[in-house]
Amino acid sequence: MPARRHALLVLAALFGLALASLIVSLAAGSLSASLTDVFGALTGRSEGIAVEIIRGLRLPRALAAFACGGLLALAGALMQVLLRNPLADPYVLGISGGAAVGALSAMLAGLALAFINLFAFAGAFTAMLVVFGLAHGDNSWTQTRLLLTGVIVASGCGAVVALILSVAPEARLRGMLFWLMGDAGHASNPWPALVVLAVGIAATLPFARELNLLARGDTLAHALGVSVRRVKYGVYFLAALFTAAAVTTAGSIGFIGLVVPHLVRLAMMKLGWGNDQRLLLPASALAGGSLLVLADTLARTVVAPQQLPVGILTALIGVPVFLFLLGRQSGSRQ
Amino acid sequence: MSTPLIKAAELTVSIGGHRVCKDLDWQVGAGETWAILGRNGAGKSTLLSTIAGLRPPDQGTLTVGGLSLSGVVRGGNARALARVRGYLAQQQSDPFASTVMETALVGRHPHLGRWEWESAEDRRIVESALAETDLSSFAEREVQTLSGGERQRVAIAQLLTQQPEVLLLDEPLTHLDLSHQVAAMDLFSSRAEAGAAIVAVLHDPGFAARYCRQALLLFGDGEWLAGPTADVINAEQLTRLYGHPLREVRDDGQRWFFPR
Repeated sequence: MPARRHALLVLAALFGLALASLIVSLAAGSLSASLTDVFGALTGRSEGIAVEIIRGLRLPRALAAFACGGLLALAGALMQVLLRNPLADPYVLGISGGAAVGALSAMLAGLALAFINLFAFAGAFTAMLVVFGLAHGDNSWTQTRLLLTGVIVASGCGAVVALILSVAPEARLRGMLFWLMGDAGHASNPWPALVVLAVGIAATLPFARELNLLARGDTLAHALGVSVRRVKYGVYFLAALFTAAAVTTAGSIGFIGLVVPHLVRLAMMKLGWGNDQRLLLPASALAGGSLLVLADTLARTVVAPQQLPVGILTALIGVPVFLFLLGRQSGSRQ
Repeated sequence: MSTPLIKAAELTVSIGGHRVCKDLDWQVGAGETWAILGRNGAGKSTLLSTIAGLRPPDQGTLTVGGLSLSGVVRGGNARALARVRGYLAQQQSDPFASTVMETALVGRHPHLGRWEWESAEDRRIVESALAETDLSSFAEREVQTLSGGERQRVAIAQLLTQQPEVLLLDEPLTHLDLSHQVAAMDLFSSRAEAGAAIVAVLHDPGFAARYCRQALLLFGDGEWLAGPTADVINAEQLTRLYGHPLREVRDDGQRWFFPR
């Protein structure tokens, strides 16, 4: 594990990276702005069309992307501890499936954006409660049972999503597909997700050492004084809340939640710091946020004026990175 | 003897409808080393995890290190308990990569405050535990690359790092070769001499007779027998315990038991 001083240094560096990624995303676009414009827009000292675009369009979108990336990475790191499986991601327990059913139903009914978000959040929470209730059933709260229930609920949601897509009118299909692939374009209000992210980091950090023990097994954690059941319930609800807040803001963006904690863990292993959640959780949040901001900047500039759903880019980056990591891991075992 | 470190009164424990022990009256004092013997499925591990506070007993009272364990132990009590009793589980799992040093360092958790990080002193404690388990040169090794016996010694080192007064050991000699079995039992005996209480689930009655002053026999039907090994470990009781005839052989002052 890293010394506290090293952990703080790494977090400071990642914080710098996060700021840099935000500035890049504010400057880049079909109307490329200078740094002076960016700072002028942020401090409110200058005016003009660039300032309007930065403050009115790019800033909310960049902040929303940052919050979603941070939330997904944090939720992924928590799920990996909860399921004690380095391949778990925030969607594995069907939360995004529930959100998709909610959001697409609202789109099918032609409701306004606020209702789409509301329905997405309600869907996510319903899925979470269903999985929790079913997995918890006879008090045997095991990884396998939780995982199986989650996977089944997720595939049920997948069927409903397919049903909605097949009966939806042409005109609404495009919006639905963008939502499903993950798209920060309609994220107009970043504040709910940012608040959840801040609260989330503050709520998980005090328990980070307990999570280190939990990752090593329930019995060991229990024997060393962790209130296993309480901490696990807390982790489950927080991870579900983070995922719900992220998908409500920008749809189900893939791979951030899986790849970012994995990358951070890999870097920590290289430095000989191990799988220490005290650094892993906040570092994943900052790195995930930065990565999604950069991916979203690419998504709206790479084929401009066309915009891509950012989920496509995260998957295009995430899949090869993940396969590369997996290949290396199995190579180093031999 | 001062107040016992483990005190069970009319303790009844069962699992899945199977009675492990009924009305167990049992005390373990500082400096004592106990063996728990019984056949597969008799409930040795279940009883040990009950004493560890990992599952509640059905009936009766149980105190460990002055803490009452009659209900579910959680919160601050779980932490307080973890400072006085250590529990060596039968199996270790390592889903995530981790070095030997970090794995053993986990034992310091109950001694650290919420925002406290492991200090140089904590690392020193780990280093001496690794030295005692013959793992000094392993500190930076990945636990996932260790052999079964080496991994078991890491688990023992982790337990020593916790510095408990009560050591509850579920088959501590699993995967260990003969020389490390002897070394491990010597290590536990030295802890007992220093004032700790040791309770170990063992499968070899010879080892139990050699290293443990007392033994608790679980017959699998709720019946139990506790007493000095000289009295309770003999061919007659063991034949009843394992449901298989055993023969006692004495050599060099040691007693060994062989299945007929």
